[in-house]
Amino acid sequence: MYPAEQSLTHRSPKTFFPYLFAALFLLVLIDSWQRAGIDPEVFFEAKGRDSLWKFLNGMFPPDLSRNFLSLMVRPALETIQISLWGTLFAIVIGLPLGLLGTNTLMVRGILNEAELEGAPLRRALRYGIYVLARAVLSLFRCIPEFVWALMFVRAVGLGPFPGVLAIGVAYGGMLGKVYSEIFESANNRPLEALQSLGANKLQIFFYGWFPQVLPNFVSYTLYRWECAVRASAVLGLVGAGGLGQQIEISMRMFNFNEVLTILIILFLMVAAVDYLSAKVRASL
Amino acid sequence: MASSQQQYRLESVSKVFGRRQVALEGIDMAIHKGERVALIGPSGAGKTTLFRLLNCTLRPSSGRLWINGENVETLHGQRLRQARRLIGTVYQQHNLVPRLRVIHNVLAGKLGQWSTIRSLFSLARPRDVELAHRALAQVGISEKTFERTDELSGGQQQRVAIARVLVQDPEVILADEPVSSVDPSLAVTIVKLLIDISQTTRKTLVVSLHSVDLALAYFPRVIGVSRGSIAFDLSPDKISEEMLEDLYAGAVRGNGVNEAVSVPGRAIAYSSIS
Repeated sequence: MYPAEQSLTHRSPKTFFPYLFAALFLLVLIDSWQRAGIDPEVFFEAKGRDSLWKFLNGMFPPDLSRNFLSLMVRPALETIQISLWGTLFAIVIGLPLGLLGTNTLMVRGILNEAELEGAPLRRALRYGIYVLARAVLSLFRCIPEFVWALMFVRAVGLGPFPGVLAIGVAYGGMLGKVYSEIFESANNRPLEALQSLGANKLQIFFYGWFPQVLPNFVSYTLYRWECAVRASAVLGLVGAGGLGQQIEISMRMFNFNEVLTILIILFLMVAAVDYLSAKVRASL
Repeated sequence: MASSQQQYRLESVSKVFGRRQVALEGIDMAIHKGERVALIGPSGAGKTTLFRLLNCTLRPSSGRLWINGENVETLHGQRLRQARRLIGTVYQQHNLVPRLRVIHNVLAGKLGQWSTIRSLFSLARPRDVELAHRALAQVGISEKTFERTDELSGGQQQRVAIARVLVQDPEVILADEPVSSVDPSLAVTIVKLLIDISQTTRKTLVVSLHSVDLALAYFPRVIGVSRGSIAFDLSPDKISEEMLEDLYAGAVRGNGVNEAVSVPGRAIAYSSIS
């Protein structure tokens, strides 16, 4: 019998642990309320209401003057360009690492049986590469793109390029992780058949693996591109170009109506990217 | 020792999954070049595992296996792929790539001979269209050459799989339950097609069949496999009703190691026991 089943059938008699944990959890919540400085009174006090009102009132109407809009064309384009190249870098990083981090390609399953059976050294080497690839991927993605951007701004200077690098590295980690999961979900039977007629791993990949997972692969990559458009707006706040930089400037000048305009532009861009990727997915 | 006339030679071959799941035990047999052999036996008997040993997908846990006089223990990397190139396998189902066009699935038979670059280019612009077309004509579906494979019926897909073996042009054709998922009248046609191909091009043919009648009617040598061992290895006229009853008696359906292996789409079940 499995341990899980045991705990279901023989429920342990009265223990106070659940209550202890519930009490602890409550304490943590209460303590965090204070430490996080949550203060709903801000919305009701005269001073808080005042600054909120100023902010909201300042946003309307959005600045739609030809002058300001024409100023925003270049940053908007820059945002798209950062997201495009960032995503491209992310694919270049994520695809090979994702492949090396795919269990069924590297260590386990029918494609490795004959090669690794009775070859412990080779198995250890493969396993080492696999673990290393996964470790690098998780390192890349556990640092947020925002922090990557801060570092790259220091390393290569202000402008759009650190934004591209930040998205490339952070999203490369995410893409690689998800790619490896997509590859592992493929049906093994066609792959086994290709292997049995003498195909090598790359041939198996291009003929059996990639065609099977293509729709998932493309739609996840497009989704990441959409995220990259949004992210490249945030990255501007740390000096990595694009619309974010404009948001930062307008904020500092207390020109909230310009901020709203930029938010509208951003919304339209993300919606357009979403529409485009839906079209691509439908055609697959 | 294995002679050059022998396609396969197995000496007390066993296959154990994990630590104790014995799929095959103490298999001794020899198959000569150009022979036609049918394997019968209940599901879970170990036929699929035997096929996987014969086409170099798995290695024996113990015992020795020679292919063409070469001990498979010594085959690795490039040489292993070369050995596989000379063995063509037809599976029960789900062995084609569904989203690929028929022509690419058929030309995949050439992958063992093509370089990686060449096979990549062929995906963009198919090479040897003529060859694929001829193979598909031989199995009677040449009009499907450029269709997507998942738009074909089960029987048509099985013909595509056979066309792939034709393009591969191996020395041996292995067919693991090739007709279990097609209707009975088509089953006879496909078995006849396999026999015809093996005869005209002098290939060794090993087929496992659910249908005992088909095995006895079309194959000069029939091997009964039960619980991981060979129960009998005889010509059809020497196989009695009793032997067949014994072969299938006591077989609990769907309880064998190989059941998990041979059910399509159960790759996970497989990898959990490997």
